[in-house]
Amino acid sequence: MIPESLRQELQRRVAGAVTPREAAVDVMKELQRHYGWLSDEAAEEAAGLLGLSPLQVEELATFYEMIYRRPVGRNVIHACDSISCWAMGGETLLRHLEQQLGIEAGGTTRDGAFTLLPCPCLGNCGNGPTIMIGDRLFGPVSPEQAGILIHELQRHGAD
Amino acid sequence: MELVLFRHNRPGRMTSFDEYRADGGFNALTRALGELSPNDVQQAVIDSGLRGRGGAGFPTGRKWSFVPRDLPGPRYLICNSDEMEPGTYKDRVLLEHNPWLLIEGMTLACYALGVNHAFIFIRRGYEQAAVNLRQGIAEARRAGLLGENILKSGFSLELDVHQSAGRYICGEETALINALEGIRANPRAKPPFPAIKGLWGQPTVVNNVETLSNVPAIIANGPAWWQGLAATPEAAGTKLFCISGHVANPECFELPLGTTLGEIIDGPCGGMRPGSRFKACIPGGASTPFFTHEHWDVAMDFDPVAKAGSRLGTGGIIVFDQSTCMVAVTLNLIRFFARESCGWCTPCREGLPFVRHILEKIENGSGEAGDIDILREHVHKLNYAFCALAPGAMGPLEGLLRLFEDEVREHIAKGACPFTTPNLCQN
Ligand SMILES: Cc1cc2nc3c(=O)[nH]c(=O)nc-3n(C[C@H](O)[C@H](O)[C@H](O)COP(=O)(O)O)c2cc1C
Repeated sequence: MIPESLRQELQRRVAGAVTPREAAVDVMKELQRHYGWLSDEAAEEAAGLLGLSPLQVEELATFYEMIYRRPVGRNVIHACDSISCWAMGGETLLRHLEQQLGIEAGGTTRDGAFTLLPCPCLGNCGNGPTIMIGDRLFGPVSPEQAGILIHELQRHGAD
Repeated sequence: MELVLFRHNRPGRMTSFDEYRADGGFNALTRALGELSPNDVQQAVIDSGLRGRGGAGFPTGRKWSFVPRDLPGPRYLICNSDEMEPGTYKDRVLLEHNPWLLIEGMTLACYALGVNHAFIFIRRGYEQAAVNLRQGIAEARRAGLLGENILKSGFSLELDVHQSAGRYICGEETALINALEGIRANPRAKPPFPAIKGLWGQPTVVNNVETLSNVPAIIANGPAWWQGLAATPEAAGTKLFCISGHVANPECFELPLGTTLGEIIDGPCGGMRPGSRFKACIPGGASTPFFTHEHWDVAMDFDPVAKAGSRLGTGGIIVFDQSTCMVAVTLNLIRFFARESCGWCTPCREGLPFVRHILEKIENGSGEAGDIDILREHVHKLNYAFCALAPGAMGPLEGLLRLFEDEVREHIAKGACPFTTPNLCQN
């Protein structure tokens, strides 16, 4: 169940759209923010709000790269693996992140703090290699800087 | 040189509404609503020679002229701010510094088209750009420059920001329309073209951020002035070139359209980074065939670049030095396209992973002589795909086979990648 305030906010968003499903991505994103990922329960909530079937929501949710249909860590690290970042050492950075976190790309740390996802171009090509954590872009990121960033997030998560 | 798009920029932050106004911002809109008819605005854009900055280079004013003005129901304008073509980041830089040009440009375009509801479709990851746009729209509305009865002209416009959730195909204009409607973003069949039947079945224009951001300067200073900003008599206006890879200063620059490749790299880019020599580049984003040193003096404008065997595309120039394996570059690009295929049509869904497989074989040293012919066949056959994604993906592959066939053959003959340190961390 989502809080009543969130439900009302989303109902307003849907009511303000030209057709309800125009708001589908916004609704999925907000529910994902609430649940941490788009759980089955969240997908059903979305369907109810949008007047769609859960299957119709599924069809959309599985399409978008940044809608997570599986649980993810509290911090999702997206590491660009497209051409400009690749040319600037993106693969080395990804290997380093894997080592640092003790997971393979695509995985989540056991404490649920981090998920590491390779991703297509983040549009920060002049500053490669680039990663995105939450809503923030970082680049160019050296392996050392990546280590510092992760430490900061770990400390932040602890307190 | 005269700047249009970066003219109002302040270092490291967004230009404020007051600063933009003080620089003459929104004067074009004031003038158009006071003195010009919608058709005058469209004619100025036609006369300017402005061509779309989103990749295909279609003449903007002509596109607008295809929109029927007599069909019942609304018409729409959509700004394409999906920008997911690898190597392309110009729209982000523009919007992080200046959302006003786009807001004013869209308002002018909507006036010309008779549109009262427009959308900005912006990708996931461009959060600061989206914040700037929402703030800009709110401020413009408070100043009476958006919303009901703009500047008491009788013309009204609602401008909405739609933030997407990632997938390259959403930038293809008909897939984008589906995405905006909340439908899975597979492309639609063309015809009917969006100009006739687009968003919710209504006439719709889709234009790129940079395209629309040029409109205020065209109206304020006249089409002839704007056209004359280019480096050659055939070109028109300026262009945002966003450079990445092995140059000294990989940044986004506004330069006269038609500036040569060599001038861009040796000029604002500051040449190659220390220790690097130029080997090749992608001239216009991930879907364009390579350029090498023989293309150094090509004018970076739509027709000259096409004549030289590539495409100006988005203006995203990705530069590679002597240490770069071009098979590995092409493999990286094909991996991107194969993953981003929406899966709707067979040539793209099945063809791209197969091409990827062949390139992986060659890069890993198990390529066979016949593989080159297989790749050539696919360059040809993937043109039968439903939309332009797979043909675009074949751009760099075609370039590889035309310009670097020896390098491909060397991989096969040696049974290994001849580059000892491919894609090593170089910074
Ligand atoms: C796979 C694919 C992705 C595209 N992505 C974008 C994009 O992110 N931004 C953009 O402006 N155009 C993109 N385009 C081109 C659009 O379909 C369309 O031509 C363009 O938005 C028109 O704007 P313009 O006339 O101002 O260039 C893409 C095309 C394809 C085939």
